Amino acid sequence: MVYCAGHSIISPLGEGSQANLEAVRAGRSGLKQYTDRFPSVEPFCASLFDTPQSFVPLCIKSVELAVTNVDLASSQTVFVLSTTKGDNLDLWTPAQTIARHFGNPNRPIVVSNACTSGVCAQITAKRLLDAGLYRHAVVVGCDIQSQFIVSGFQAFKALSPEPCLPFSPDRKGLNLGEAAATMVLTTEPRDGWCLETGSIHNDANHISAPSRTGEGAFQCLQDVLEGVSVSEIALLGVHGTATLYNDDMEKIAIQRAGLENVLVSALKPVFGHTMGAAGVLETIICALQATQSYSVNRTSFIIKMLSGFGGVNAAVRWRCE
Amino acid sequence: MEMRVSHEIEITPTSVILDGQPIAVNDTGEKMLVELYRRYVGDYPKFFKMDTLARLGFIAAEIVLKQQGQTCNSQQPTAIILANRSASIKNDTDYLATISDGNYYPSPALFVYTLPNIVTGEIAIRHHIQGETSFYVLDNPEQLEPIVQSTLATRHSPAVILTGWCECSEANMFNAKLQIIWNN
Repeated sequence: MVYCAGHSIISPLGEGSQANLEAVRAGRSGLKQYTDRFPSVEPFCASLFDTPQSFVPLCIKSVELAVTNVDLASSQTVFVLSTTKGDNLDLWTPAQTIARHFGNPNRPIVVSNACTSGVCAQITAKRLLDAGLYRHAVVVGCDIQSQFIVSGFQAFKALSPEPCLPFSPDRKGLNLGEAAATMVLTTEPRDGWCLETGSIHNDANHISAPSRTGEGAFQCLQDVLEGVSVSEIALLGVHGTATLYNDDMEKIAIQRAGLENVLVSALKPVFGHTMGAAGVLETIICALQATQSYSVNRTSFIIKMLSGFGGVNAAVRWRCE
Repeated sequence: MEMRVSHEIEITPTSVILDGQPIAVNDTGEKMLVELYRRYVGDYPKFFKMDTLARLGFIAAEIVLKQQGQTCNSQQPTAIILANRSASIKNDTDYLATISDGNYYPSPALFVYTLPNIVTGEIAIRHHIQGETSFYVLDNPEQLEPIVQSTLATRHSPAVILTGWCECSEANMFNAKLQIIWNN
């Protein structure tokens, strides 16, 4: 079994998981209009740090904030970084710099599975721990926005000029966001959250458009529902990018999996789409929401799902107490 | 847990080696990938939309899966797990050139390939593989082994994994080494 020994979120809304949960509860949003943040790009709406952040220091601060008594310098600990563009397009070097900063002797692993990376990183970490290769894993998700990313999404006409509206008939697209989030996973039993299972499936349909039948996302949901009943799911953390096609696809996958009556958490209107950070950040918020806000039972399960370019879908199930 | 490698392909800018046997090629570099496409595929024009990393992985997968003699499909749960050191840097650099000041023309067709996992999606589409697709950025190919082993050890482990190194750091500088691994 794999347990959460500590977690943190740093976003434009605050530092620390609890501060970010309070921001969600208070209905705050990091989304703002930007006209001259990056050269050439058209005006856009995003959740960015007021002071531009550097990738490596932001990741390091996120790990430091994830209060834990796990020995980060141990050979029994592995760093797993989730990012799409890393430090100015370099993914491997910053991962190594972060691990070395904490005196960790192992080579880190970077998961680069598009927008599903943060959920896939949890799955990778769980497998390594379950196989007995390590006792602890530090899963860090982070992305910093840039002219590169904003221009690309604008070229795709995927960005909403206004704050995004997941699952609304009036939705116009997504907003990008910046954040770093960390979950420290351990095989040592802890009270609180337990990562029970995870699944990754490809639609095998299109590299930049979601499947019309939600096939990959549906198969992921089916896998992570094994062993629990739908009524035990306290919260489903959706991807909810607010693009026309993603939300339609997710709706179909959720219905096919019989989850249409489960409470969902869609966090992009608060944080924007934080890319490599999204899977980690949104899992933490969902788990906190399930345990502190919505839960009626002492034990509840949450599912976090994501989909991304390359046709990839991923989901994890956590047991939260 | 026992693993069995059934087939293996290695592609460099000047050579193709399938199950230890060299395959004769006339061209080198990116032209060689097109030569291999014409010889082994020929009827999949989407190939020409792909960046070099995707072409490399696509053609390596095509040849090694043909050698297997049967398409891996949903009856035989298949995963695609690839890795490299420099992610999508070659195509990232190409895309960056199109948005440099004074020459601002972001292309969605180019942008979509600025993710290394797109190659796994291209292979999944071509071979109708709806299992796991994962891409890792690692120090070297050896680092992929424990990741693949731990994937095979899971309860819902795939029966077959197409896995290996798929790297393209700049134009005409690439190498791929893909294996078909069976979970016995």
